[in-house]
Amino acid sequence: MEARGGFDEMGEGTSSPRALYRKVARWLEETPPEVLASRRAQAEYMFRRIGITFGVYGDKDATERLIPFDIVPRVIARAEWKRLEAGLVQRVAALNLFLKDVYGPRAILKEQIVPEELILRNVYYRPEMIGRRAPHDIWVHIAGIDIVRVAENEFYVLEDNARTPSGVSYMLENREVTMRLMPDLFARHRVAPVDHYPEELLACLRSVTPRPDVSDATIALLTPGPFNSAYYEHTFLADKLGVELVEGRDLFVVDDVVYMRTTLGPKRVDVIYRRVDDDFLDPLAFNPESQLGLPGLLGAYLAGNVTLANAIGTGVADDKAIYSYVPDLIRFYLSEEPLLPNVPTYRCREPDSLAYVLERLDQLVVKEVHGSGGYGMLVGPHASAAQREFFAAKLKADPANYIAQPTLPLSTCPASFDSGVSSRHVDLRPFVLSGANGVRIVPGGLTRVALTQGSLVVNSSQGGGTKDTWVVDDDPADAED
Amino acid sequence: MLARTADNLFWLARSMERADFIARMIEATLRLEYLPRSGGEEAPVVEWVGALKAAGVHDAYAATRGDIDEANAIDFLAFERGNPSSICNCLETARANGRAVRTALTVETWTAINDAWLELKRFEATRRGGRDLDREALTRFLDYVKKASLDFDGSCYRTLLRDDGYWFNRLGVFLERADNTARLLDVKYHLLLPSNETVGGSLDYFQWVAILRAVSAATAYHWVYHDRIKPWLIADLLILKRAMPRSLIFCYESIDAAVDSLASANGRSGAAQRQARAMLATLERASMDEIFHGGLHEFITAFIVDNARLAETISEQYLFL
Repeated sequence: MEARGGFDEMGEGTSSPRALYRKVARWLEETPPEVLASRRAQAEYMFRRIGITFGVYGDKDATERLIPFDIVPRVIARAEWKRLEAGLVQRVAALNLFLKDVYGPRAILKEQIVPEELILRNVYYRPEMIGRRAPHDIWVHIAGIDIVRVAENEFYVLEDNARTPSGVSYMLENREVTMRLMPDLFARHRVAPVDHYPEELLACLRSVTPRPDVSDATIALLTPGPFNSAYYEHTFLADKLGVELVEGRDLFVVDDVVYMRTTLGPKRVDVIYRRVDDDFLDPLAFNPESQLGLPGLLGAYLAGNVTLANAIGTGVADDKAIYSYVPDLIRFYLSEEPLLPNVPTYRCREPDSLAYVLERLDQLVVKEVHGSGGYGMLVGPHASAAQREFFAAKLKADPANYIAQPTLPLSTCPASFDSGVSSRHVDLRPFVLSGANGVRIVPGGLTRVALTQGSLVVNSSQGGGTKDTWVVDDDPADAED
Repeated sequence: MLARTADNLFWLARSMERADFIARMIEATLRLEYLPRSGGEEAPVVEWVGALKAAGVHDAYAATRGDIDEANAIDFLAFERGNPSSICNCLETARANGRAVRTALTVETWTAINDAWLELKRFEATRRGGRDLDREALTRFLDYVKKASLDFDGSCYRTLLRDDGYWFNRLGVFLERADNTARLLDVKYHLLLPSNETVGGSLDYFQWVAILRAVSAATAYHWVYHDRIKPWLIADLLILKRAMPRSLIFCYESIDAAVDSLASANGRSGAAQRQARAMLATLERASMDEIFHGGLHEFITAFIVDNARLAETISEQYLFL
């Protein structure tokens, strides 16, 4: 997979746009630049007014910043989406079975499909969960699977997020803004709706209540608080779900039962959609310094009196080192061939791979196995010689901490700027919900876009933006002409 | 509802109400200061002393700034970060509380708060550098604060669910408003005694109008009394007139209704309900003659203490703090 010209989803640079994008292309052509500019300004105004911000760690001057939004929607055909959807369902099913297995019988280790140390020495592996089963054997209730595209029919999974994936609020708000700002363009397509995501999430959370006999299960969303970078999303989701947004101090545990402090006195909590990492959940069990968690939560969870979504210990499944084994997991647990391939991945813990990677640092992307958010990675082709040397030293010192992947020619989509319309690299994060009621995926997901020309880093913490993602039904008229 | 959420909603409402009151008081005091004076008279620093006292920050001012003058007083009332009751801190507190309970607010209510905060940021950005006061910009800013408070209150009234959250919001608004009105009366009570009647044109007249302006009642007065401005009627308007939305009795009717709604939602009545009822009953039984007879100052002082005590009782009964 060496770098090619790169696939543009609209077909820019080719003689004619792809049929799917014909209306968007025409709209971009016909809309005067000043109208596009005013749409961009309106979009920014709307986001700022609603207060959609995210925090940037390590940035003192801007504790709240607007995530850039590009007004040009990304279009995906229904048929393309169907393929992705099937692959996502398969992948998340395998991840859930994997977690059940590694905290249970460990068949996959006994069969030596995954090296034991990758699991047992993994920082996200939770010994507290050994021999435990998650309610309904669902560990990853909410998964965010990052997908990249390199050609018309070539999609890859770039990363699994099985702990507390974020971004879904942007998916929903982007749609609201797009529908308001570009109603005509929207009406010319048949776009699959996404606004039922909160309903699906609520149904998913309800389905795993530990007290199915109690008709009105109490669900709460546990946030680290206003200083967390995703706090806006937490408030947004709690609001849409109609559940209380709680911090650790709003909860207490008595006799292994979790209660929240309300104006009516204590109220029992059945399901906690937690957006707090394992480490900070319970100072008695995990990080004793944590002020965010709830002392005794682990005990209540293990006693089966409260369900946590996602379960404790899922980080072992979204680790970048495990990632490279996911196709094997799918074959092992489901006896199926993976529908969505992985990006070829070199595990630096293997000496041959390490040697290969060190020789080709200028061509590869090197990532920390436990990293996220685009922090601590090297994009070889864009790095200076000094940066590569620095990274080579880190690699040699601790090879097991790294994986490497070829720099994929991520697909591009048109984006609107003051300077005009131009192509930018994108990825896609669909959100997969797994409950006792089955698996649900709202069509599309969050498209992240690298707004810097040529950049491949789409993370919002690294200057990336977002776009609305339209899964559209085929329009017979598109085929003509 | 989470106890912390209720507490945040309560303080959010108090902060927005206080920001509005401080803005109105600055405006009313500025107008007094613009009055023509006979030659040689000192600038009426006393007006700013009164404003600082009515805002309850006179001691804090004295401790940090010393001598009082217009520019410093306005800066302290509107923009001083070290003054918890300054308009900028009220808006910051309101937004921080609102952000913490975003789920308990509607989009409309949140944008009202967020817009006010964004405006404050813009104003602070243009003001940065010089401490000079641009009166035109200040007027615009104060107008904006008053409008933000209206937006907030209106969006609460129109869009919030009538559940615990709404009643805590109402309690915040009316406990704060009762406190503001009472403090204003407390600072100015000597001007309102019947023995102080002076006919037309004196500085006192403008003082009275300033009091009415500070509680946005200058027009209402005439509609209620159809009479020229008399100081004891101002006291009557601000204490006992049910039709006047800033009067103490109106505030307590609203407070009583809010604690009753909480009680009926919870099926539990307690000290908060008893205290609110008692205060409302006192106001209902009172007449201005009796109040003047017993001492306006004493009446107001006792009211301020009781009002603060009710706020504490509500905290203990509902917020488990």
